Amino acid sequence: MTVKTATGAAAALPKAGGGSAGKSFWAWLNKRLPVDQFLATQVTEYYAPKNFNFWYYFGSLALVVLVLQLVTGIFLTMFYKPGEATAFDSVQFIMREVDFGWLIRYLHSSGASFFFIVVYLHMFRALLYGSYKPPRELLWLLGMLVYLALMAEAFMGYVLPWGNMSFWGAQVIINLFGTIPGIGPDLVLWIRGDYGIADATLNRLFSLHVAAVPLALLGLVALHLVALHEVGSNNPDGIEIKDKVGADGKPLDGIPFHPYYTVKDFVGVAVFLVLLAIVVFFVPNLGGLFLEAPNYEPANPVSTPADITPVWYFTPYYAMLRAVPDQRLGALLLLLGVLAFLFLPWLDRSPVKSMRYRGWMSRSALAIFVVSFVGLGYLGMQPALGIYVVIARILAALYFLFFLLMPFYTKLDPVKPVPERLVYHAH
Amino acid sequence: MRTRALLAAAVLALAACAPARLPAAEEEGAKFGADWESWRADTNVSDLASVQRGARNFTSYCLGCHSLKYERWSRLGADLKIPGEVLEKDLLPPGAKATDYIQTHMPAADAETWFGKAPPDLSLMVRARGKDYIYQFLATFYVDPARQTGVNNLRLPTTAMPDVLSELEGLKAAVFKTEAHPGGAAGSEQAFDHFESLAPGRMSLAEYDGFVRDTVNFLDYVSEPTQLERRQLGVWVVLFLLLFTWLAWLVKREYWKDVH
Repeated sequence: MTVKTATGAAAALPKAGGGSAGKSFWAWLNKRLPVDQFLATQVTEYYAPKNFNFWYYFGSLALVVLVLQLVTGIFLTMFYKPGEATAFDSVQFIMREVDFGWLIRYLHSSGASFFFIVVYLHMFRALLYGSYKPPRELLWLLGMLVYLALMAEAFMGYVLPWGNMSFWGAQVIINLFGTIPGIGPDLVLWIRGDYGIADATLNRLFSLHVAAVPLALLGLVALHLVALHEVGSNNPDGIEIKDKVGADGKPLDGIPFHPYYTVKDFVGVAVFLVLLAIVVFFVPNLGGLFLEAPNYEPANPVSTPADITPVWYFTPYYAMLRAVPDQRLGALLLLLGVLAFLFLPWLDRSPVKSMRYRGWMSRSALAIFVVSFVGLGYLGMQPALGIYVVIARILAALYFLFFLLMPFYTKLDPVKPVPERLVYHAH
Repeated sequence: MRTRALLAAAVLALAACAPARLPAAEEEGAKFGADWESWRADTNVSDLASVQRGARNFTSYCLGCHSLKYERWSRLGADLKIPGEVLEKDLLPPGAKATDYIQTHMPAADAETWFGKAPPDLSLMVRARGKDYIYQFLATFYVDPARQTGVNNLRLPTTAMPDVLSELEGLKAAVFKTEAHPGGAAGSEQAFDHFESLAPGRMSLAEYDGFVRDTVNFLDYVSEPTQLERRQLGVWVVLFLLLFTWLAWLVKREYWKDVH
């Protein structure tokens, strides 16, 4: 492989030392590792549309939270002791006796919720601007796999403190596999490794949480980024900037990711850290949304919490599960609710990507979908009683109609003409 | 055992004088219509004197049965600014070292025989149930001859815990009123109306209320000993991050001047 010297790119990069020794080391390094070439193609000469708005902060923020979770997770693992007899006590040891253990643990527990906030907003951005449409189908699918891995990671992490809600949450979720016809009961036994949620279950969830799933997540995120940089970023106008290039072959409406979006994303990261710090330092439980009170009692197989509810980021699906009287159908609905997103690139028949140029049908459908998702999320935290169940059924129906009817309303939708070039107003 | 029998007899005698009909244990389904919203602990964990008094109350009245197994005496001393010699003299049980965890001397197996259930560790009780809950629990013991302990509780009906603070608070009866089922359903239910004092304790009602609040405040501290440090540090972290945000925004604005 020939190494591109990329003089233009090198000029924009910080030099490793000012003198000729630094320069010769840099040259030595680049002959052996394509550092300059990588930075040029991925950062300094990766052209991104210049009209990114608020919704475009969440990709880089997701990466920041991923790193936060990995680093805090590594430190927690130094003191956390998996096992029925030790898990709960070791978390309290971290909270009370490890220097700044409370900070590391609150960063990790709040980080989990912030991860989902960021990912949900990131996904909403894709729905808003049609970022899943060709040529970005695979990018979308890889992103959805990241989301699925994240859900698994979050569930397993939630069990580790071995509080009473951890225990009963694990009970509910793992028993869902029991609804699979035929192999269900044996499968549940195999997953648990015991006849109940027990020591074996906790230890394997720990192993998966700290090794298997993070590896999968990192790999999927890397693929997600490679796919993104191959097809290029979408933008609020849903126009391909690669279609309009200047004499130098560079997109007319594109700007190099570095320095423009690195400095811009830094502002996003800073604001994000302010919000994270406010939660971590002042309201780490966030009224039971981020850390639930029943989880401050140790796991107790003979005492069920008054209401078993998952953490907020799973509640939309949990509401679907409970909306159906039949457990097997409910579990199926939950699964379909999650997987429905995978089919979006092929359900959407609209000739335009962005909501900016779509008509009232697509816009109303998206609005109704958001209301149903948030509404189901709220209902998932309430007891499944009376009117709540009825509303949950209506919202679940609306949720699925968003997907099922998409081929029709996106086709019939009166779209507006899409401009040739990006709409951008310099600030 | 004899003292307990005597106490029970006294309680029964007092209960006989009580004007209101007291609910029997099996009437557990009864909805005690106490307005819990107005029963707030209203404590402030940064009120050091209150937390210190709570620590004293705990060691005098709770430690006989309840542990704080995640908290060391030395930690308690350092956080509550209790000098080492005072800690040793006034708080540490005989034979305990300052670095020991705060453990009751009552053997759990015996406790289970005596009460039917070992008294729970209280280290995390405030985080698990909330401080209002504990305040309401300690404030709503009432005489109930149907119970083995002679008392019942509005917050946690049929609690196994005896009214250990009755020497301070005195004894009181709960007066219930019969209410029709809401929504016009058949039958009626017992709803809590008010307490009536049966015998005064060593403290006035206001003193006892303060005693309970201090104890709850102390348990709030124990549930998360780092919480004060957390909030103090948080102010500086957020201020720093706001400054950082402003600087980052200035840098962004400078670079983006080139983008047209």
